[in-house]
Amino acid sequence: MTAQTDVAAQMAIELRGIDKRFGAVHANKHIDLQVEKGTIHGIVGENGAGKSTLMSIIYGFYEADEGDILIDGKVTRITDSKIAIASGIGMVHQHFMLIQNMTALENVVLGAERGFLINESMDHARAELVRLAKEYGLDVPLDVPVERLSVGLQQRIEILKALYRGARILILDEPTGVLTPQETEHLFKVLDSLKEQGTTVMLITHKLQEIMAATDNVSVMRRGEMVAHVKTRETSREQLAELMVGRKVLLRVEKGEPNPAEKLLEVEGLTWTASDGVVKLDNVNLNVRAGEIVGIAGVSGNGQSELLDVLSGIKNVQSGTIRLNGHEINQGHQLNPSQVRDIKVGHIPEDRHKMGLINSFNADEAFILGFHRKPEYNGKIFTKRQAINRDCAEKMDKWDVRPQDPNLKTANFSGGNQQKLVIAREMEQDPDVLLVGQPTRGVDIGAIEAIHNRIIQMRDKGKAVLLVSVELEEIMSLADRILVMFDGKIVGEVPASKANEQILGLMMANIVPDEVKALQQEASA
Amino acid sequence: MEAFNSLILILDATLRVATPLIFAALAGMFSERTGIVNIALEGKILASAFAGAAAAYVTNSPWMGLLAGVMVSVVFAWMHAFATVTHNGDHVVSGMAINILAAGLTAALGNFWFKQGGNTPNLVDPFNDIDARFSPITLPFADQLADVPVIGGLYSELISGHFLLVYIALAAVPVCWWVMFRTRFGLRMRAVGENPSAVDTAGISVAGMRYLSLTICGVLAGLAGVYLSVAVTAQFLPNMSAGKGYMALAALIFGKWRPRGALLACLMFGILQAIADRSQGVSLGGFAIPVQAIEALPYVLTVVLLAGFIGKAIPPKAIGRPYVKERE
Amino acid sequence: MSQQHVPAWIHVIVIPLANILLASFAAGLVFLYLDINPLDAVSTMAYGAFGDSYGWGYTLYYTTSFIFTGLAVAVAFHCGLFNIGGEGQAYIGALGVGLVCLGLGGHVPFIILLPISIIAAGVFGAAWALIPAWLQAYRGSHIVITTIMFNFIASALMGYLLVEVLKPVGTMSVESAVFDQASWIPKMWEVLGFFGIDLQKSPLNLSIVWAILCAAGVYYFIWQTRWGYEIRSTGQNSSAAEYAGINLGKTVVLAMLVSGMLAGFFALNVVQGEAHQIKLSLVNGMGFTGIAVALMGRNHPLGIVIASLLFGFLYQGGGELQFEYGVDPRIIVVLQGLVILFSGALEKMMKHPIEKLYLKLASGSKKSAAAEA
Repeated sequence: MTAQTDVAAQMAIELRGIDKRFGAVHANKHIDLQVEKGTIHGIVGENGAGKSTLMSIIYGFYEADEGDILIDGKVTRITDSKIAIASGIGMVHQHFMLIQNMTALENVVLGAERGFLINESMDHARAELVRLAKEYGLDVPLDVPVERLSVGLQQRIEILKALYRGARILILDEPTGVLTPQETEHLFKVLDSLKEQGTTVMLITHKLQEIMAATDNVSVMRRGEMVAHVKTRETSREQLAELMVGRKVLLRVEKGEPNPAEKLLEVEGLTWTASDGVVKLDNVNLNVRAGEIVGIAGVSGNGQSELLDVLSGIKNVQSGTIRLNGHEINQGHQLNPSQVRDIKVGHIPEDRHKMGLINSFNADEAFILGFHRKPEYNGKIFTKRQAINRDCAEKMDKWDVRPQDPNLKTANFSGGNQQKLVIAREMEQDPDVLLVGQPTRGVDIGAIEAIHNRIIQMRDKGKAVLLVSVELEEIMSLADRILVMFDGKIVGEVPASKANEQILGLMMANIVPDEVKALQQEASA
Repeated sequence: MEAFNSLILILDATLRVATPLIFAALAGMFSERTGIVNIALEGKILASAFAGAAAAYVTNSPWMGLLAGVMVSVVFAWMHAFATVTHNGDHVVSGMAINILAAGLTAALGNFWFKQGGNTPNLVDPFNDIDARFSPITLPFADQLADVPVIGGLYSELISGHFLLVYIALAAVPVCWWVMFRTRFGLRMRAVGENPSAVDTAGISVAGMRYLSLTICGVLAGLAGVYLSVAVTAQFLPNMSAGKGYMALAALIFGKWRPRGALLACLMFGILQAIADRSQGVSLGGFAIPVQAIEALPYVLTVVLLAGFIGKAIPPKAIGRPYVKERE
Repeated sequence: MSQQHVPAWIHVIVIPLANILLASFAAGLVFLYLDINPLDAVSTMAYGAFGDSYGWGYTLYYTTSFIFTGLAVAVAFHCGLFNIGGEGQAYIGALGVGLVCLGLGGHVPFIILLPISIIAAGVFGAAWALIPAWLQAYRGSHIVITTIMFNFIASALMGYLLVEVLKPVGTMSVESAVFDQASWIPKMWEVLGFFGIDLQKSPLNLSIVWAILCAAGVYYFIWQTRWGYEIRSTGQNSSAAEYAGINLGKTVVLAMLVSGMLAGFFALNVVQGEAHQIKLSLVNGMGFTGIAVALMGRNHPLGIVIASLLFGFLYQGGGELQFEYGVDPRIIVVLQGLVILFSGALEKMMKHPIEKLYLKLASGSKKSAAAEA
């Protein structure tokens, strides 16, 4: 009994049998977890494994259906974030919880005011933040609206917010997704110094190298269940990967040598500036030949989305030239998305919910999105509902979309089947050039393999494929040549055969290693 | 001197006309700054005007009228909050529902209680010993200074001699500014309208903030309604809000959701209304501007402003969107 | 996720009905307070609205107006737009109809005049929707606010035109001259009387045929044409629509033009069919009633026709209440507000409890079936 209490007292957080359902989705299944005081504890798992839900339960954003949360050995009922904060829990969310038009100071003070008037709170917070900045290397400008600061700085504000509230347990949800490697490194240094001061850190990620680099212990989640707890120094990336997906992972997809032919996509000097003046694409040059897959790697938010948008006609060309399947597109001659489709260019968008599908439509209506004006679907005035329905049913059969019901609402398909529906729609038009963004985001393992094979098939049929993905493994296993983007620029190019995570990682931080420079000189000579 | 006198008269009328707009615009500010679109100001004004006049008549006290008017307006504001905050209803639809309900209920109840075609009885009725109207306030020395040139006109005519609520409206503007930009409540309120999730994770109840803001909105809108019926007209007339709620909304937008801007917009709309009320049109360089054009000008200006042709009005970011905790 | 298991009829029939019942219940309380037995009131209203051909003539006359304004709201809704401007668009539509009838009435045969006045009603209504639509599509101004403002601008404009331009010299009341009789849309009692069916006189006129045609047209337009597809795509997910190559600006403008046109048709019924002159504030809130109608009809033309009939019944029956109980006929407006409140603003209040109840009952019956087997 006493021994048990001792163990409990060493734990900053303990979860016992946490269970949570959202309607039919069982997000967390009877989760047990122990996090030792003063350690960095990693939680890994694929997208949708239930990590974020679990953390939201600890932070009081959701309430668990069953189970107990123990903080410092005491059962604590966390019904809202206020109680979590009072119990010493702080959380840095994946999407920052900042008021964009307020200053860092106001953001820190919000919710932690010291009285009815804010002036005194502000003065107090300013002094405290200066101290914290010194102690942990968390410098931020305090009096500038947050919207004008970089994401790295915004994340520091989030950490400061938690520390200002006296957090002894800090949860970070996918903190590195938007950071450069240097910023990531700095973040890990901050976490280390927090640990030295006795703070407990929980790091949620799906990136295994970060777990290996930063944590003391790691817990693995899979499909809502906690499947393993291990000490980081006693495990390996391979073992964690296996635990995460539940079987040996094929790190390389089977594919033969490419047969590059003529250039079907050429981009020269493409620059695109957003309405707020931020340069999203900065003099981008690239080309894709028929019969090859060119991958674009990079931390998300470095211009990849804008590149796809401009190439597919969603955004206008502001300066530079695109030659797409024999058509020149420039400032004076723009093509809109349907004209781009007409010249046999397919586009699998990065986010199927935001762009690729309309969730409230039936599958057959979602299936003609972008092709709804095609003659085979239309009479003079009325659409041919039957032809559309039949066509969709046929393609669902061919692409193994389940359930095979064209009258089912799109929202009611699983992520993998929704994505298959989008891919079927775009590939069935037999495009010469295929623009692919994040083809396997939020897709189950089984479907990933099928999707990867389809993309390689397109290449082998002599199509030009441009693949954008933030998953390095995906890029490395599919692409024949890899370009890395940083801050709107193409940093450099590496043939897939020469690429590894280290090289690409450096390039994603805008550092071109000598061996890549040598390769590029070779190529130009 | 003639011109000066008529200028004083127009400015005097401006204050009178602008007062309900100021109350209502400030009311709208509290609601819209927390993210609740408020096209329901109209209904809240109408309901409180009716309740105020009815209660003032029955109790023979303008103060009871004020209390009743404000209370009814707050009840309507809570209904608004119940729909938009508790049940995540569409803000515009619930606003319409409140406006239409207020129009129907005031007419039906008014007729049932007083049998005067929806009017309430006059609040000044010496024969029945009824005197439940707010009286204008004469400031000190106003009578003595009345005959002094210029100062007399400015002080005795323009500044003195308004209803108490006019002075309260003018004082409410700096008070609301102070609440919004200098207090904890104001900070949280502004934050809720920009990013409710952030406020939630900071341990503040989004629903609580929105209920509180709508309550304040109800109080201020109630003052606007009471001013119309208990002070100015001394009785309730069906549909007497006559679009003032919408005009206040326009003023709020015109003032870019800030107290001072809203005040200036209300005064500008007030001047236009005062000019339109005084004359059958104005002639400008030999070209006659019809009175309807002056009446429509506030609406036209708001449309032009919203279109970004004169400056830019950026609404609170989370406005109009129900706050639902999102899953992953 | 739970929708997966809840059948469509729960959402299309049970939940809307529950909302309307709640609204009726709340209205019943108001009636009780006014010393009226709600059940007696319903039967009084039913007698007034359907008791004789005079009653249902009026009922269907109102129904016709509501079909137009309800469809107008619904079409914009499908594009994700809240058109509160039906009031102003209908008013300006009346100007179009009035100008045609005043200008051509008696000079050209009715059979030629009618198509022109239909076009004028539609074009004028659409034109009044065009500016808010254009501002929404290309300048980002919020359509709710601009259409509200345009209602007031329309009312000022019509006030000016009636006082300064349309009012015949020497008359006192602010209204236009009466149209030439040759331009009037025939009344139903006249038409059916011609075929030997005797009806009492009522304002019901042939516009109702046009209203039904419009409802059918809206159905086909929204669900069976590529333009309807684009409107729905834009309304449901505008970035997906953009990805699909749909021109958002054009689609918004198209939806609002159709919406404004339908609102403009309101004037055929009320001005060319009944009043035969342009009067001040002739729309009188019926544009707003369109919102209640569209919400209740769930933006589907069939639902809108049924909801219009219900509101026609309420409007006509409400008048009857005045004779019977001396109650203000605007009591109907209370009911209208309650319908918008419960079917629109509080639409989600009943959704979860009913879905839960259904799932409970369904799983219960499954279990018992399993137990029997």
